[in-house]
Amino acid sequence: MKETILLLALTFFMIAIALLLYRVIVGPSMPDRAIALDTIGVNLISAIAIVSIVLSTKAFLEAILILGILAFIGTIAFSKYIERGIIVDRKGDS
Amino acid sequence: MTVKEILEWVAVLLVLFGSIISVISAFGLIKLPDVYTRSHAATKSSTLAVLACLSGAFIYFWSHDGYVSIRLILGIIFVFITAPVAGHLICRAAYRSRVPLAENSGEDELKAILFDGDIATTTTAQILNEESGDK
Repeated sequence: MKETILLLALTFFMIAIALLLYRVIVGPSMPDRAIALDTIGVNLISAIAIVSIVLSTKAFLEAILILGILAFIGTIAFSKYIERGIIVDRKGDS
Repeated sequence: MTVKEILEWVAVLLVLFGSIISVISAFGLIKLPDVYTRSHAATKSSTLAVLACLSGAFIYFWSHDGYVSIRLILGIIFVFITAPVAGHLICRAAYRSRVPLAENSGEDELKAILFDGDIATTTTAQILNEESGDK
């Protein structure tokens, strides 16, 4: 029963990721796609947590931290690129 | 029913709650009209979803194995801190790259300050532009 509920929750997260992929592909502007990609990263974190409960292992818990950090850095880089057109700018250039 | 079993059920129901909230958030991202309302759906409810799910995983490992996972607590704190910051930065970038609002939205007061070159507001606009252009 518990395992069935966990698999149902995993299915819900996959449905959410599929709906967000529609927004990534169709999305009329670039910030739409960036927001949808950030949300996909956050949903993947939850999916990894559920998978590690179902398999009853603790080996995937580092992947949660790594994915959280990568989603945040990616969103920051996207927003800076959208706002200014560059990502890495050094002092004294331009 | 022992305490351990009750705690496991609480964890499983928390995970299920988080997944339902996540589907609602994805529907919001599909249905809402423009970037700013979509970021409202994306940041708030999906942060709640991932917090419920990770708390469920933490309670499950705590009750089932007696294992207090520091990494899960770190993940919860990290997501809780960074998700609103990322949403704010994306909205700021969207407004400054002139993504239009929805047609039925109300008054846009920031537009006069940032983009229109009135004499009264030119200094503020210049200061803002210089601040953003310096770094």
